[in-house]
Amino acid sequence: MELKDRVPECLRNNVAIVKLDELFRWAHANSIWPLSSGLACCAIEMMSTATARFDLARFGYEVFRPCPRQADLLIVAGTLTYKMTPPLIRLYEEMPEPKYVIAMGSCAIAGGPFADSYSVVEGVDQVLPVDVYIPGCPPRPEALIDGMLKLREKILHPERAMTECACLAQEAERK
Amino acid sequence: MKRTETYLLNMGPQHPSTHGVLQVKLTLDGERIQRAEPVLGYLHRGIEKLLESRTYVQGLPYTDRLDYISSMNNNFGFARAVEELARLEVPRRAEFIRVIMAELNRINSHLIGIGTLANDLGASTGMLCCFRDREYILDIFNEVCGARQTFHYIRIGGVSGEFTDKARALTESFLARVPRFLAEYDKLLTGNEIFRRRIVGISPMTPEEALALNMTGPNLRATGVARDLRKIDAYSVYGEFDFDIPVGTHGDNWDRYIVKLREIKESARIIRQALDKMPEGAIMAKVPRVLKPPAGEVYSRTEGTRGELGFYLVSDGTPKPYRVHIRRPSFVNMQGLDLMCRGMLIGDSVSAYSSIDPIMGEVDC
Repeated sequence: MELKDRVPECLRNNVAIVKLDELFRWAHANSIWPLSSGLACCAIEMMSTATARFDLARFGYEVFRPCPRQADLLIVAGTLTYKMTPPLIRLYEEMPEPKYVIAMGSCAIAGGPFADSYSVVEGVDQVLPVDVYIPGCPPRPEALIDGMLKLREKILHPERAMTECACLAQEAERK
Repeated sequence: MKRTETYLLNMGPQHPSTHGVLQVKLTLDGERIQRAEPVLGYLHRGIEKLLESRTYVQGLPYTDRLDYISSMNNNFGFARAVEELARLEVPRRAEFIRVIMAELNRINSHLIGIGTLANDLGASTGMLCCFRDREYILDIFNEVCGARQTFHYIRIGGVSGEFTDKARALTESFLARVPRFLAEYDKLLTGNEIFRRRIVGISPMTPEEALALNMTGPNLRATGVARDLRKIDAYSVYGEFDFDIPVGTHGDNWDRYIVKLREIKESARIIRQALDKMPEGAIMAKVPRVLKPPAGEVYSRTEGTRGELGFYLVSDGTPKPYRVHIRRPSFVNMQGLDLMCRGMLIGDSVSAYSSIDPIMGEVDC
């Protein structure tokens, strides 16, 4: 007898049987709370995304929290300098697990136009694990929304989010 | 015997107000601020140094990222400095397009200034309204150059694209909206008792203090000094337009807010006149492919959205500048923070930052 058959007949329409992990992931993926931490130009586009025209609230991601203890997504929006690196790492460490990082814009991906400057970190992935990269200088709000939906997929289906190495290895095997 | 002692509170670089990576060390006596010391450099990207290793044309996009809310004004300032250095003549139509873009960007920037002030005081609706109205300006920018924020539209010698009929129609419809949204802000913010109580009489500044600190822009005009480079210097074609310079009386947060609101109205007036007077013609001067300005130096200043934006360029006759120095208005205005915060409550320090309206990209450069 399967589990769902043990639910009384009158409750069948109201009861869903899922794994706890999946239920948690489903809830998490549909209500990501980003940390409202902007570093530079991209932060303005991040704010635009949350306001009326692009309305991030459609996806349930509009709850920007100023406190890292309440947030589970760090959007690194802007140029990361050496001076800002320790505070940013501390913010990341203060966030509770499970937590994710989005690198928004060329500066956060690889230093952008400031890559050869003496004070700029060439990409936030040198100091934090990044889940989604969003190119652009700055990325348009649509791009940020797309990136957040990619993150949603990643949270819902962690098994699909393979590292690049794994992908390459698989491809080599197929050949 | 009772004894009190001061203590230190760190605001930032991550804090709930909407002003980037600014850290302020507050020395407190109870809840009153004795001293506010801004700590800068969290966004220092070395733009001045980078510009030395780029040609003049390559350097222009970096000015977009200085004060990233008023990119057009920065492009304008840098392009004017290089044109002065290389003695280039800009077509008249291009000058009109530049003025329209600069004034639209001024409105855009002031909308963000007002919106973030409202947001920092807890009125999130104010911010939503300002960002909503700002999108109409971004549509115009999107039409002329395809970008929403870092435009690189005003080039050395002119502008990069034609001011199309569609852009004109969008500008007209935006101008028709201006009185409507200003009336809405009056209802929502200006007449709002809570909003008034939070900013009226907070952080006042006298004209002498503001001038001694070399403040410029809306922060200086709020104290009652009618100093505006568009009037006293009348660069580009600003001399041909009829507009007023709004000034405040007490130099408090309220005046800084009101001056910004009224400047939006004046900018709209300038755009209206520029649209009507705009001549036909070329939009780009003949600029040599490799721009080698003759050896020499130039200091060119324009009225940016936050005050006097100056570019000091030294050329040694090569395609790259020998030295670039940027007089960033936000950086100079930040000096006033300590004076504004003294004797105020901790909560009021946030409204002081917001009303100075600094952009950290420009402060740290």
